[in-house]
Amino acid sequence: MKVLVPVKRVIDYNVKVRVKADQSGVELANVKMAMNPFDEIAVEQALRLREAGTADEVIAVSIGPAQNQETIRTALAMGADRGIHIEAPHDIEPLAVAKLLKAVVAQENPGIVLVGKQAIDDDCNQTGQMLAALLGWAQGTFASALEIAGDKAKVIREVDGGLEHIEINMPAIVTVDLRLNEPRYASLPNIMKAKKKPLDSLTAGDLGVDIAPRLTIVKVEEPAARAAGIKVGDVQELVSKLKNEAKVI
Amino acid sequence: MSILILCDHENGQLSPVTLNAVSAASQIGGEMHILVAGDQTGNVVKAAASIAGIAKVLVADDKSLANGLAENLAPLMQSLSGGYSHMMATATTTGKNVMPRLAALLDVMQISDIIKIDDANTFQRPIYAGNALSTVSSNEAIKVITVRGTAFEAAAAEGGNATIEPVAGASDAGLSAYVKSELSSSKRPELTSAPIVISGGRGMQDGANFAMLEKIADKLGAAVGASRAAVDAGFVPNDYQVGQTGKVVAPDLYVAVGISGAIQHLAGMKDSKVIVAINKDDEAPIFQVADYGLVADLFDAVPALEKELG
Ligand SMILES: Cc1cc2nc3c(=O)[nH]c(=O)nc-3n(C[C@H](O)[C@H](O)[C@H](O)COP(=O)(O)OP(=O)(O)OC[C@H]3O[C@@H](n4cnc5c(N)ncnc54)[C@H](O)[C@@H]3O)c2cc1C
Ligand SMILES: Nc1ncnc2c1ncn2[C@@H]1O[C@H](COP(=O)(O)O)[C@@H](O)[C@H]1O
Repeated sequence: MKVLVPVKRVIDYNVKVRVKADQSGVELANVKMAMNPFDEIAVEQALRLREAGTADEVIAVSIGPAQNQETIRTALAMGADRGIHIEAPHDIEPLAVAKLLKAVVAQENPGIVLVGKQAIDDDCNQTGQMLAALLGWAQGTFASALEIAGDKAKVIREVDGGLEHIEINMPAIVTVDLRLNEPRYASLPNIMKAKKKPLDSLTAGDLGVDIAPRLTIVKVEEPAARAAGIKVGDVQELVSKLKNEAKVI
Repeated sequence: MSILILCDHENGQLSPVTLNAVSAASQIGGEMHILVAGDQTGNVVKAAASIAGIAKVLVADDKSLANGLAENLAPLMQSLSGGYSHMMATATTTGKNVMPRLAALLDVMQISDIIKIDDANTFQRPIYAGNALSTVSSNEAIKVITVRGTAFEAAAAEGGNATIEPVAGASDAGLSAYVKSELSSSKRPELTSAPIVISGGRGMQDGANFAMLEKIADKLGAAVGASRAAVDAGFVPNDYQVGQTGKVVAPDLYVAVGISGAIQHLAGMKDSKVIVAINKDDEAPIFQVADYGLVADLFDAVPALEKELG
């Protein structure tokens, strides 16, 4: 079984993003970029499936500008077998991503696609569910455990009320949540080896997919800052402020 | 213009957050309908029909809809989509699971987690963990939207008198099956709607120490939350997590105990009315958003706080 893992290149989660003065978006120039953290978890899970003998090939795919090849190299350095880069604008929307991934699925016939639950830049939380719809496959979203047995997968989902166990047909889309695993680091020798692993490059046109955006960004703004607060000396002062000043208790 | 709102419900009760989605929908204007999809939905249907402003309740009562499986619910919603300009749900794990699947079936781009409505086509939503707010406009024939509950007041639960209309067409897609749930049970208020939330972080050191926070929560009628680090470490279950990729809360009072204040945590609580931080590191970033900061060892401060509250 092949495992397909879409990996998105996003601003590193440690960077404090800055909104551009012209309100057209956030500043991307000279900003540290990294693989979306949820996608690292997805790559790790794919590697574990291969190591367990459930999967035999792990393919990382990234959609975006030429620099996204670095993100694919990161997945290859973690241990993925090969990469597919699809050239597209940086801010491509989840629906278009899902359509491109559907075309890749048609070419590669993976048994499972492991998607991040959410990209930490657009915070959309859509792509996996959309891909599942387009393929007519089952979806196991927000997974904190995954067990594949034959043509079924058991998924434990992190839901608002706690955990939910479901069983889904394979092939399937699983979107991964934080508690699924702890991703490995790429070792230096593996980073070197990754440079020689195959990486194909395609365009949306090659796949016959229309990726024109459906939404127009009117403006991107900074949120209002909170007014500065005060430090209190002790618990008595804190409680008195909460009772008499803030009047919240 | 008419709007279909997916009713969020759990254990035979309408989830209060549905009322926030209704109030968001009412800002768009037009006739509002609610879809109650599930199995044995009687109580929920009654509650939905009483919500002020709702013209019609569509009821899809079928075994295949019992557990909100997206593979069964999304096609049903697609079959009901004719005539609606907007289809909305709350940005709960239910809404996040089903709405993108619906959007793709309708070939439209979803607008996730909206916090403000400018007009029927234009919406504001947070991106980058709320460090930027993006206003987007959509020309899609149907706007598929999820709503951040804390950003909208709740609509009145009473005063409505909607017509009730059963809808057919539900079926089991045969792709997925619900097995069981492990739900956290608590007598405390629900995290996202509690007026007061007290959260613990890695500084709590272990799960047993959360008992200190629970005692305070019980005195104040508060819910207990946590940072990702506290959940990852196994101190508390996943449903306690507040933040960018957990729950978003905006209570009157949020108390952060032993939480450093990473942007991913702030994303889930910085719209709280009053924020209190208790942390022994006076440079912890949480103090930048706290109205009242107490630099102290939590193992002294929290028991003292409990005593002071009497
Ligand atoms: C993709 C992604 C998604 C994420 N999503 C979320 C999310 O939704 N929610 C979230 O919370 N985080 C999230 N994070 C994690 C986030 O980046 C931080 O790692 C996390 O919030 C830190 O938790 P913490 O503040 O409890 O721990 P730490 O940062 O370790 O802070 C512990 C604090 O406790 C204080 N402390 C220690 N001992 C004591 C004591 N005895 N008395 C008083 N104070 C004490 C310390 O001074 C310190 O400030 C996410 C990260 C990633 C990469
Ligand atoms: N441009 C992209 N390239 C590769 N994968 C992507 C891309 N955009 C989204 N994804 C995948 O979809 C997940 C969810 O993204 P989103 O729906 O944007 O929150 C990400 O974690 C990735 O796994």
